[in-house]
Amino acid sequence: MDNLKKYLSTIIICLVLATFFVAVQWGISSGFISGYWVTNLYLVGINIILAASLNLINGFTGEFSLGHAGFMAVGAYSSAVITANLGLPFPLAVIVGMLAAALTGLLVGLPTLRLRGDYLAIATLGFGEIVRVVLMNIDYVGGASGLMGIPALVNWPIIFFSVVLSLLLIRNFICSSHGRACLSVRENDLAAQMMGVNITYYRVLAFVIGAALAGLAGVLYAHYYTILQPREFSFMLTFDVLVMVMVGGLGSLTGSVVGAVIITIASAFLQAIPELRMVIYAVLLILSAIFRPQGLLGEKEVTLNNLQKLGGVFNGTVGSKQAH
Amino acid sequence: MKKWVKVAALLVVVLALGLAAGCGGNAQKSAEGDTIKVGVNFELSGDVATYGTSCKNGILLAFEEINANGGVLGKKIEPLVQDNKSQNREARNIAERFVSEGVVAVLGPAVSGAVQTEEPVLTAAKIPVLAPAATAPEVTYDEKTKKVKDFIFRVCIIDPDQSQVMANYIYDVLGLKNGAIMVDKNNDYSVGLGETFKEYFTKKGGKIVAEEGFVSTDTAFKPQLTSIYSKKPDFIYVPAYYNQVGLIIKQAREMGIDLPIMGADGWDSPKLVELAGADNLNNCYFTNHYSVEDPSDLIQNFIKAYEKKYNTTPDAFAALGYDTAYLLAKAIEQAGSAEPEKIQQALENIEDFEGVTGKLSYDEKHNPIKEVSIIKLENGKQKLIKKMQPKH
Repeated sequence: MDNLKKYLSTIIICLVLATFFVAVQWGISSGFISGYWVTNLYLVGINIILAASLNLINGFTGEFSLGHAGFMAVGAYSSAVITANLGLPFPLAVIVGMLAAALTGLLVGLPTLRLRGDYLAIATLGFGEIVRVVLMNIDYVGGASGLMGIPALVNWPIIFFSVVLSLLLIRNFICSSHGRACLSVRENDLAAQMMGVNITYYRVLAFVIGAALAGLAGVLYAHYYTILQPREFSFMLTFDVLVMVMVGGLGSLTGSVVGAVIITIASAFLQAIPELRMVIYAVLLILSAIFRPQGLLGEKEVTLNNLQKLGGVFNGTVGSKQAH
Repeated sequence: MKKWVKVAALLVVVLALGLAAGCGGNAQKSAEGDTIKVGVNFELSGDVATYGTSCKNGILLAFEEINANGGVLGKKIEPLVQDNKSQNREARNIAERFVSEGVVAVLGPAVSGAVQTEEPVLTAAKIPVLAPAATAPEVTYDEKTKKVKDFIFRVCIIDPDQSQVMANYIYDVLGLKNGAIMVDKNNDYSVGLGETFKEYFTKKGGKIVAEEGFVSTDTAFKPQLTSIYSKKPDFIYVPAYYNQVGLIIKQAREMGIDLPIMGADGWDSPKLVELAGADNLNNCYFTNHYSVEDPSDLIQNFIKAYEKKYNTTPDAFAALGYDTAYLLAKAIEQAGSAEPEKIQQALENIEDFEGVTGKLSYDEKHNPIKEVSIIKLENGKQKLIKKMQPKH
């Protein structure tokens, strides 16, 4: 009976996702969804991957990384070199982009993750800037004027499955024993160490997975916008992603999805009022910081279980703290 | 307390949705009516907001004038202004929005990268783009495939035009034959101008006797200047930004180097006089898109109108924006129709369009063939010496 229930929820989720996928695919091919909404849909997808992967590092493992734009740039540029400069197929570009970002994550993570809090934030911030400046000075990838002529290979199925698989990967990681170890590091690293958790290992592990997924977001970005410029990957990009994570809820995967959707759509609708744009954006942030400092979802998740008890109190989910 | 939290969360969501709905509604409304809709996509916030805002101001001033004079083909022009936050991805997002709103042309963005990002969307939709200030050659011409981007038109001159005109002026008019070049090694603009200047100047028969480089953060230039002076050039070409040029000129004059010093549009800033000192700037020349000192009626009227509306002197970006808007109006008139494809045809055939920034026609790569102004500095004041046409 329990088993059936478990499978039932999986089946329901799959059905919902499949319906959504098919509906949007039909909408795009029939022209029912205009190009403007398609662009925003893709951007939401890329932002969900970015926010969820940053949340894995900042929310679930309790680090404070500000280098996400750097990892995204590494993924974007390395994959673009594969397709644009070398003319190799897209799947290889995805693999290379993710591996390059993961490797960079490992190299940056090993020395810096021994640092804590502010120091880690500064070190990763520095890393992000270094990536940008280095890219600006490599003529092979166009230097400051950018890398052009990247083939446009991203479509709705690729975006959709990238998002679903990324979220699935992060969810399964958090629910695994490795993920539990990461959560314990966040809650109290000293206690975790006393229990025999190798804290540096788990920090680096979460960091590398987060970096690889940021790399994936970079690959999608490169092959959708078809031009890369180092100045796009400035600290402001990391900041935008950080805001999505904060608004959605630090330590909530579904929160990251909600945050990415809200911030992306809000930003798109504010294009027409440049004078007030940053003001409204800031007011939104201040309001959410005053009334909902833990983010819209806090550390809670939206699950089928919760939806069944709609109107009731959210209850025990993965990653929630005992006392708040 | 719990209630509060829920109310607040709701409030934030409702606010976001309300904004979404509100703006969406506006966009829909403007789809009707007897106007010609033009997309205005610029950097109005973010790191290059000064360029985008100047361009937008110039454009809106021009459309205001055009509409006050009865519009184009009896219809008023309706500019839809959108802010791309100085981000390429936002620029593309806005381009998609313009397509669904049915604009006849898109003006902007200011910087090359953003124009290149929006290009695929607008080319696919066959909507012409007028880029007022995108100087990168690839914006209109793809080197790899040797194909012109049919729907992109540039309004500003490309950088090599400036170095060509300066090389011609120095060799033909001033009669100087031996030059020295000093460039900012960290800046593609500066390096590019230096390289093309050398090419044009040596092709004419001149000689470059010294080449020196510096980096953007340098403040002492005497070692390079000493080395240049020892080679006995007739002039020094310094295509860099005003903040370094000011110091270079000051230090050169302090060392007793009274050679003519030349440069390009990066010099155009009131700060140059502050940094170098008015006296030191005598015997200095630079190329620019236009000069506020130009006595022609067209230019003086533009400056007066701009100052009246915005309380500030128009810079080159504002002038380029102003020309962009008028160029579009002329193309629509020549096409006799506000259909995007007909406007594109008309733009390709534009000849001798009289703009604030010079007379404009297009070459086969959609680069404008346009006069370049040569400006001489006299006691800190800019004086227009000559307007010269580069050869394509």
